[in-house]
This record gives sequence, C-alpha cells and structure tokens, in this order.
Amino acid sequence: MSSLVKLSIETALRAIRNKEFKATELVEAHIAQAQNTKHLNAYITEIFDVALEKAKIADENYQSGKARKLEGIPVGIKDLFCTNGVRTTAGSKMLANFVPGYESTVSANLQNAGAIMIGKTNMDEFAMGSSNTTSYFGNVINPWKEVGSNDDLVPGGSSGGSAAAVSSFSAMGALGSDTGGSIRQPASFTGLFGVKPTYGRCSRWGMIAFASSLDQAGVFTRNVADSALLLEAVMGFDEKDSTSAKKEAPELLSACSKSIKGIKIGIPYELMKMEGISQEIMSMWQNSISMLKSQGAEIVEIELPHSKYALAVYYVIAPAEASSNLARYDGVRYGHRTEKTGLSLDEMYAQTRTEGFGEEVKRRIMLGTYVLSSSHMDAYYLQAQKVRKLIADDFKVAFQKAQAILLPSTPSSAFRIGEKQENPLTMYLNDIFTIPSSLAGLPCSSVPAALTNNGLPLGMQIITPAFDEYNLLRVSSALERCVLDINFKPRGF
Amino acid sequence: MNYILGNTGKWEYVIGLEIHAQVTSKSKLFSGASTEFGASPNSQVDLLDAGMPGMLPVLNRYCVEQAIKSGLSVNARINKMSVFDRKNYFYADLPQGYQISQFYIPIAQDGYVFINTDDGVEKKIRINRIHLEQDAGKSMHDQSPNFSLIDLNRSGIALMEIVSEPDISSPLEAAEYIKKLRSILRCVGSCDGNMDQGSLRCDANVSVRKPGEALGTRCEIKNVNSVKNVVKAIEYEALRQVEMLENGGKIDQETRLFDADTGTTRTMRSKEDANDYRYFPDPDLLPVHVDDELITKLGEDLPELPDAKISRYVSDLGLSQYDAEVIVADAYTAAYFEEASKGVSPKLVANWISSELFGRLNKNDIELAECKITPVMINQLVMLIEEGTISGKIAKTIFEEMFESGKLPDEIIKEKNLSQIDDKSLLEKVIDEVIAANPDSVEQYRSGKDKLFGFFVGQVMKNTGGKANPGLVNDLLKEKL
Repeated sequence: MSSLVKLSIETALRAIRNKEFKATELVEAHIAQAQNTKHLNAYITEIFDVALEKAKIADENYQSGKARKLEGIPVGIKDLFCTNGVRTTAGSKMLANFVPGYESTVSANLQNAGAIMIGKTNMDEFAMGSSNTTSYFGNVINPWKEVGSNDDLVPGGSSGGSAAAVSSFSAMGALGSDTGGSIRQPASFTGLFGVKPTYGRCSRWGMIAFASSLDQAGVFTRNVADSALLLEAVMGFDEKDSTSAKKEAPELLSACSKSIKGIKIGIPYELMKMEGISQEIMSMWQNSISMLKSQGAEIVEIELPHSKYALAVYYVIAPAEASSNLARYDGVRYGHRTEKTGLSLDEMYAQTRTEGFGEEVKRRIMLGTYVLSSSHMDAYYLQAQKVRKLIADDFKVAFQKAQAILLPSTPSSAFRIGEKQENPLTMYLNDIFTIPSSLAGLPCSSVPAALTNNGLPLGMQIITPAFDEYNLLRVSSALERCVLDINFKPRGF
Repeated sequence: MNYILGNTGKWEYVIGLEIHAQVTSKSKLFSGASTEFGASPNSQVDLLDAGMPGMLPVLNRYCVEQAIKSGLSVNARINKMSVFDRKNYFYADLPQGYQISQFYIPIAQDGYVFINTDDGVEKKIRINRIHLEQDAGKSMHDQSPNFSLIDLNRSGIALMEIVSEPDISSPLEAAEYIKKLRSILRCVGSCDGNMDQGSLRCDANVSVRKPGEALGTRCEIKNVNSVKNVVKAIEYEALRQVEMLENGGKIDQETRLFDADTGTTRTMRSKEDANDYRYFPDPDLLPVHVDDELITKLGEDLPELPDAKISRYVSDLGLSQYDAEVIVADAYTAAYFEEASKGVSPKLVANWISSELFGRLNKNDIELAECKITPVMINQLVMLIEEGTISGKIAKTIFEEMFESGKLPDEIIKEKNLSQIDDKSLLEKVIDEVIAANPDSVEQYRSGKDKLFGFFVGQVMKNTGGKANPGLVNDLLKEKL
C-alpha cells in the first residue's frame, strides 16, 4: 500500500502544491488501493480511466497555477448522485443500466472544486438500510474485523460503500447521503468522521430521492478538517431545489482549530436510561462528556422527551415519501422493464416493479402506501407529522440551553453480515440515536470516539442548531483532539 | 327553471362543473420547458417533465399570478398560504407517478360568477375553489399495432382547476357558465379558452332529483370538449338517470365518458375501481406564500371585467344587451370593438360586428383574429355611412369586398365607383325618366295608391346602381309626384 493513500486531504494538497508528488501519482495510488481492496465491494462502478485523465488535467492546472481548492483529490461518490455519463444505480436492479445525462449539483460542486471521482460507491438499495446488505450489487464488507475473528462485518448503511472506501484508503473522502442516519451510522462502524449538514444546505437536485423531507447529502473523511474542506465545496444554495436554503455557506476550516472553552454542551441524560444500550457505548458517552469538559466546555442537562417516538415517526414519514418518490420507476421511460410480453399496462407495472425492486424497498413502498391511504392517513401520516413537530420543538428548547448536543451515534458497534436480518425492526433500531436530529433537519456528525473491547470503532454524535455547521465542526474537532491516541485505522491497513 | 319531464313527473337537474383551464404561460408549472401548442411529440420535455431520477420541481411564479388574477376576477378569496400536494396514481403518461396539485389548501376559494338562466334571469353560480396543478402527458393508442405511444409535451403544463358548486340547474345554464368563465379568463389573459385545442376542458358532475328532495347520486362525465357537447352530454346523462330511476333502478356513483359521435355516455370506471390518490403535501415544494401587496397589485391591474364592460356598453354606449354580451364574450372581440368604434356610433359598430361580421365568420368557420377585416375598416365603413357617403346597401357590398380582399372601404369605393349620388340635378333627371317610363303607375299613385311609392324608389335605385342617396330620392320623388 502506497503511503500516499494514508495522507489527509489537507496534507496531500499541500504536498502536491510543493511538488512533492503529482496528482496523477496520488490518483494512481488510490486506484491501486481500490484494486487491492476490491473484495470489500465498496464500488458499484469504477471509472479509473476517466479519473486518470482528470488527474493529468489536475497536474496541468497545478503547473499553470490554476489549481482549484480540491485539485486532484480522489473521492468516491455514493451511487445515489446522478453523474453525467456515468452509470447511476441507487444500488438497485431497477437502475442497473441507467446512465444519466446530467450531473447532480452536489457531485458537480465537488468536481468543480477539482476533486476527482474514481468510482460510484455501493449503497443499500435506494438508501434503504443500515447494513449495506440490500444492494442489488452485493454486500459491502467492513474493512474492520473483531479482534480474534475473521468474520465479515457490515460497514453500516446506507452509505456503506462510501464508508468502506474511505476507511480502506481507496478514496480520501466520499459523498454520502443521510436520511435517518445513513452517514453517521456507517461512519461510526468504520471509524470515520461523517457529517450531515442542515437540511437545505446541500442541493438535492440530481440526488435520487428516498424521503425528500429528510434526504441530505454529506461527507465522510478520516478527520474533521478534511470534511470542512469538502463541505465548503459542496454546500450552497441551488435555485433548482426549492427546499435549498438561501444562505451563504460558511467557512468551516477555522472551526477545526478553535477552542470550545465556554461552549455549552447539552446531554439528554434520560436517553442514557434507554434499554439496549451496551455498556461500551455508555462508557464512551461518559468519557466523551469528561473529555469535552476538560477542553473547557460546560455540560448542561437537556431533555428530548419526544425522541422516544422518533423511530416510529420516521418509519411512517420516510416510507410514505418513498412510496411516492419511487413511483416513477415504472418501466415506461428508463430503467428496468420486464421482458415478459402480452401484459396489460397494470400487469407490466407490477411485473417490472416486482423484478426491479428488492425486498426492503418493496416493504417500505407497501408501508408508505398503507400509511397514506385515505383510511389510515389521519392515524399514521398526519399523526407522525404532528409528533415530528414536537421532536423538532424539543430541540429548539434544548438549544436555548446548549449550543451543541452530545449523544452516541449508534446503539452498538458493527455487526456480522447476516445478523439482524430476520426481523426488520431490529435493523431499524440501529438508527435510534440518529433519527431525531434527521427529523428536525439539524446538522449532525459522528466522531470516532472509542474502540470496543473487541477492537471495533464507535462514534459519538454531535448535533447543533440549524445552519450552525461551524460549531458542529468546532465541537467535533475538539472531541477528535481528545482521542488522538486511539488508532482508528482498521487492522492490516 | 328547466325540468326533465319523466313518466312520474318533473325532475330537476343538479350540475356542478370542473373546468380545467390551461394557464397562458410560456413555460410549464414546474419546469422551463415550452408550452407551445402543436410541437412535434416529446420535443418540449424537461428532465422533470419526464420524471427522471433526482429531478425537482421549481414553481413558476407567473402561473401563480395568473391563478390569483383568475381568482380575483371571479370574486374568490386568495389564500395567503397554499400548498402543493401529490396526487398518486400510475399511468403511462404520468411520468412522476403522481400529479402535483393542490388538494388541501388551494390558491383561491369561495368565488362566484353571474349567468343568465334559460328565463333570462340573472343567477349566481358559486365557485368552490381554484387550484393549480400539472397536466399529464398524452397517450396515443392508435399509432402502432404493438405499443401505446406517449407524448410528454403536455406533461407539466399548468392548469387551473375551477370547481363550481352544484348550483347549475340546466344544460343551458352549464353552457352559459362555461361561456361566462371563458370570457372572464380571456379578459384577464390567464387562459386562451380554446376548447378545440384542449386549453379549456370540462368535467360535469350530473345528478337528478325530484323537486324538493335530497341530492341524488352523481356521475362524473369526463373531458367534454366543446360547449355544445357539454349541453348534449348533460342532457343525455340526466335523461339516462331519470329513466333508470323511474324504472326502479339506482344510480351508481361512477365516472363516465362522453362519446361525441353517438351523443351518449358510458361507464369509464366505477367507484370501487376509483384510485386512492394518497394525497400528501409535496415535500419537494415549500408552501406558496402570497402577500397582501401582490394581491392588491394584481387586483388593481385587472382589466375591466366582462360584467362591468357589458353594463357600461349597454348604459353608456347604448348597445343592446345581446350585442354587448356577444362582444364582451371574448377579450379580443371587445378590444376590436373598442378600436372600431373610435369617433363613430358604437351602437352602429356593434350592429355591424354582431350581425354582419359574426355571421360571415360563422359561415366561413373562421375566428375573428383570422379575418381580413380590421377594426380600422369597420370604423371607416361606419363613418362613411354616418357621413352619408354610402347607403346601407352599398355598405354591405363594401363589407363583402373587405372580407374577401382586406382592402379599405374608400379604396373599394374608388375602385368600384360606389359612392352615393347626392347630385340633385342628376337624381331629378333619373326620376323624370322613371316617371316618364311608368305613366300607369304614376296615375294609380296619384289616385291614392300610396304603396306604390316604394316602387318608384326601387326604380330610381335600380337605375343608379343602388348609389342614390335614399333620403334625397324620397324628398325629390314626393315633390315630383
């Protein structure tokens, strides 16, 4: 493994600028690493040739002094973002051969800043899943292994490919998307920093929709400052997305070296009493509290009384929106269409969708269709919207006391592939900590903060008020500084 | 009141109309694609209109303003906040798998218009709501033996759905209501109202009941595409329902299709097969907020509305109610009339437009806008009549010539030597000749047969090729006889 792949984005950019090596060498090193880690199945589509072409242009740009902010940095892009001329599948058979003629705003922003896409990363089908086991293109394997075990673990989901790529050093950073935890949970499972900005910060234009009121793009990197660099490039108002926030995206890099002295950190102590949280998670949480305190933060108690309903609310609202968003995959204009002939229009739809969608997607479409049906709308969808508002209000009250909230990202560490498959509810419980802030549209991150006794990474989640990505990264960096002595590289890398 | 006479007595019509009016806008409701009519299939389709993955709608503000103008012009309340919802159903020409519409909170509510009933009485028809929505594409089933083809040019075009209360009590009232609404929309410019191009479409909800009884079960008749067919469809459907009920049957709530060829309606889908549309607010769009300032401004900028215009034409300009209504029915005609009547008698101009001009247009089956006769020509024609330069009869000849050639009246007069003969001595000479040539008639007239006077006038006109000034001829004849 080339030592170049171990660099941080910040260091690599400086080194190329200082002519220590070329962008081409950096990209080649990552391509080689992607080839060496192919068994992880992190990528659905590799575009190494295009990446190398772009690397040459990057070197020319450095030569001519026209280098952009992220010139030559190899990245992975979750296969949920439409990429012009590059197959975009959303991890589904339905779109297995779909090649968009347009580029999503977020992936365009990243590449316009000079980043080089080396592949489209694997994901749960249509971003529905917490283990990356629902992909039509197969499981992704977590580069981490438990001490003394060779069992394959899940990387988390739905952005499992992005997380696996960055943690196995085949990309320096990756785009992901987070609807109910799809960045934070895999970040936690792979020892990465993952961040989901405020809903509305990143344009959703060109990002294949799962649940429109929750979907938000974000990034994975191996440290907080690298995420600051990527976020500065991808965030921003887009007139093509009506829910995009008309706000200037903030500078973020300086947040990563700013002290948190005097910052008030809120802890929802009542959540600590929740059943099913492992002792390891609890001690990480308590350690993180003390570490931030030692950095000068003030710890305050906050309450999120409606958070216990968040999972239920989420599994009404997200499937409801998904059932409608996925209606367009009907075999009429693009994507999979059944080869059976002699069918009526309705039969063609049923057959195409039966063949094209996987089990989890079908389950959620059924669920969503049910909760929106005229006889159940009031009991489920409308009720869920009311509770969603209460959950968001809890955060508003909490943020009158605190500037950031600290809680775990996940209730457990990465589990074995095939585990939690029997009962979908067990799988849904993975998102218990991440969903409340998603429902409230708040910026949040997962910072690697501890290793389990079995040597697997665990992440702490930080949540700040809407559009306060600055303090999000500021507190994240502070926590990162406290755990510098922990090695968050998977063994063997 | 117009009743249906059944075997068991009188039945009342209860009719409500849903009008889909295409908003006059260059681009679609949520995309930048063109809305021009008649383009080749699938040539005006944005990524959004084709339901491509990851595409998002962006509201066309202009369409919102047109809907607000329309709402104000039918006395509706404009909702300061309205919401776009998704109406979910599967069909091949609905690329997103849902139509973006306004179900829960429409842009405008609680309006009304006045129409004239069959008895000529003014009647208020309440409008429940106006909401904005996307049109679907078009399925074509007759282009290929193996496939249905889809044209998405229409997909995403802005429609205003204007829903009346069931206040309409006869097929003719329904026709009056559509015409009134169309004239208002044309006047404010929010819809061109062309039913033959599909920019105004009508669904009719029809039920019947015995006078004084509760509302009957209604059937919805879909997509009736001319005023004439709305009348026919309602007449047929109401009669069908009466016959069914009188024969002991019951009406099933259902959606029916009108067949223009046979003049009948037939079942399209029953209530059991009706879709559950699963309406919910579209999470891709923010609620639409309109402030008082915009509503006030759009209200102030509204042109004079048809009702106000009709009463002004009748009371200030002296037009007949009929002429005023005919002219005001269409904003283009009204503007035409105003220009043609500059400096001349509006009443006379109105007569020419409503009888001669419209008669001629109907005969040739063309629109006013396609006609060669301009307002300036009508204006000049009427002026020449008022000045006495031409007689009414000559004017008709000139009118025909204008219609054919598009030439100005004075040009035609010059070319054809048509101006009126006012020369007293010349007319006296002709009269003398007529008297000399008809001694018997002169004798009879002088012995008291007054009716023969017309005969002499006719002879003089004949001998002058119709150009003699009729007033002068009268005077001179009386003198000489």
